[in-house]
Amino acid sequence: MKRKLIAALMVTAMAASMAVGCGGGGASSDGGSSEGGSEGGSEGGSDVITVGFAQVGAESDWRTANSESMKETFSEANGYELIFDDAQQKQENQITAIRNFIQQEVDYIVLAPVTETGWDTVLQEAKDADIPVITVDRMVDVSDDSLFVSYVGGNFQLEGAKACEWLKAYADAKGIKELNIAHIQGTIGASAQIGRTEGLENAAKEYGWNIVAQQTGEFTQAKGQEVMESMLKQHDNINVVYCENDNEAFGAIDAIKAAGKTVGPDGDILVLSFDTVKAGIEATMKGEIICNTECNPLHGPRVAELIQKLEAGEEIDKIAYVDEGIFAYGSDVAKVTVDGTDYEVTEVTQEVIDGRAY
Amino acid sequence: MGKNKRKISGTGFLLLITVVLFAVMYAAGMAVFADKGFAKPQMFFNLFITNAGLLVISMGLTIVMISGGIDISVGSVTALVCMAAAYSMENMGTSAYMAVAIALGIGIAYGLVQGILVAYLDIQPFIVTLAGLFFGRGMTAVISKEMISIKNETFLAWANYKIYLPIGSYSRRGKFLPAYIYPTVVIALLIVLIIILVMKFTKFGRSVYAVGGNAQSAMMMGLDVRKTKLKAYILDGVLAGCGGFLFCLNSCAGFVEQAKGLEMDAISSAVIGGTLLSGGVGTPFGTIFGVLIKGTISSLITTQGTLSSWWVRIVLSALLCFFIVLQSVLGNLKKKK
Repeated sequence: MKRKLIAALMVTAMAASMAVGCGGGGASSDGGSSEGGSEGGSEGGSDVITVGFAQVGAESDWRTANSESMKETFSEANGYELIFDDAQQKQENQITAIRNFIQQEVDYIVLAPVTETGWDTVLQEAKDADIPVITVDRMVDVSDDSLFVSYVGGNFQLEGAKACEWLKAYADAKGIKELNIAHIQGTIGASAQIGRTEGLENAAKEYGWNIVAQQTGEFTQAKGQEVMESMLKQHDNINVVYCENDNEAFGAIDAIKAAGKTVGPDGDILVLSFDTVKAGIEATMKGEIICNTECNPLHGPRVAELIQKLEAGEEIDKIAYVDEGIFAYGSDVAKVTVDGTDYEVTEVTQEVIDGRAY
Repeated sequence: MGKNKRKISGTGFLLLITVVLFAVMYAAGMAVFADKGFAKPQMFFNLFITNAGLLVISMGLTIVMISGGIDISVGSVTALVCMAAAYSMENMGTSAYMAVAIALGIGIAYGLVQGILVAYLDIQPFIVTLAGLFFGRGMTAVISKEMISIKNETFLAWANYKIYLPIGSYSRRGKFLPAYIYPTVVIALLIVLIIILVMKFTKFGRSVYAVGGNAQSAMMMGLDVRKTKLKAYILDGVLAGCGGFLFCLNSCAGFVEQAKGLEMDAISSAVIGGTLLSGGVGTPFGTIFGVLIKGTISSLITTQGTLSSWWVRIVLSALLCFFIVLQSVLGNLKKKK
């Protein structure tokens, strides 16, 4: 009796395990067979380019917009096949994903690294398999620079310079003689902080601006607010706040309001910010943030451009910046010039906000 | 004697299912994703390369779980080991050999403290190791909140030393690429072999099974239950230290957020491999397949390319349920006799 029962159970279990096993394979067999089709196509002469993209995760709106940009660019219609991997913020998952891409013999690997370090081994494997690696958003810190072909991301120093040129033009237009700037920095050592701080310090030297206080707000709203509060207590002549991202700006605006001062074009203090996330551009439309310089997450087209160049056998630059806009309240400044190049300033309206992908 | 035999057949049955499941899954993957490189030998070795650390850590958990305990601190220990190794090599200039010693030291210390608390003070192992989890993660942040990249030459030479195997595959461009493994794989497999032998053929191994199966009768048989538990935890700690270092050789960096949730991967690997949470049943051999199944699921989903990688967790949870139900059914059968 008991033996029979065990035997029956065993059979059921086997069947179940088979079903699970096949279920795992079956669920993905659609993808597999359609891939088989496109594969056949590629052998038949057309050239589908396979791109493996190891993304950090989906932790912010910026990141989601970044992923969407990649998915749109590397679509089947554009002649690509994208293999997308969400690493859930874990470096070890990204290492696994890259090893997988190598075995799938993708043509290109695009990596938005979770961390800057720890990539030597796996990127060497990619290089040994002759697969070019393009890093986006963050640089990787590897001992051998030939392990990646290019970096695509924001030009943070240019962002800083653009914001300062805008401030100069705005001050001239409004007849503001003296600028007393409170500078809330990003996390010290982050590439965004270094570039944006450099932009302000250069401009302050050139135009004789007065930076009355300088402290890190660690890119967070809470810290931005705290730093702004203490700066307002120490200095009562502040008329400009230069925040290195939107979250710091939100904190600073709260602190200014709490101190009984006003922000905006007609207020006591002008707030400048970076990144231009959704809440940031909305604050810009209200004038609370007077000028917001974008950190563009839409890396897809720029990466595709590099890949096309590589396909054509052309040399590519080690560093490729994405185009980034300037968003401002009002139309007092139409364009700014940095190093001889003109950059248009966009006046924020509801249409501009609705037209943005993120 | 007869009872004992039935228990072993239960273990054997769970083990059989695990092995068959792995084989079926992998074969299905090879068939469906043949054009995506799943059939390549390297894909199989990648399972070991990526999971070398986890494999060793899961061995520790298997032993502790067989003894009737649990250890949820191993993920934090891994992070701490990576960070301590990275910090000592990069900021204190110690050699890579010293870093190995530090890693093992951390492991032994962890095993000793947790083992004493569990075995001699009779504190719930879950609580003890939960404290261990917090302590490890906290200490990692105290050492450094910044990520530390390891640039030590000896260490990188270990990490990047490819051992080429006589098999391989041809790439699309017709180039022969030999399959390779890293020293981490060899070390992990050696450790696994030792653990299998220890659990099967030594007095310690048999005592662990006896203590986990029924501590009361083990005591009456004249076994030192406390000492056995302590030894199990110390061995588990050492394995966590080793595993952590292997993990570090894979990531080449120390970072606070590293290996978060690794303990859960290790526990689920052991359970899928046929280890009972109630103790007394399980084999290190089965755990190998638990780890491989976990690795295969994530490979399959990455290879598929369009499914969200969160599906790895979902499939794993389904498997866990399946195995827990199966274990419970087997347990009930045994009781009914």
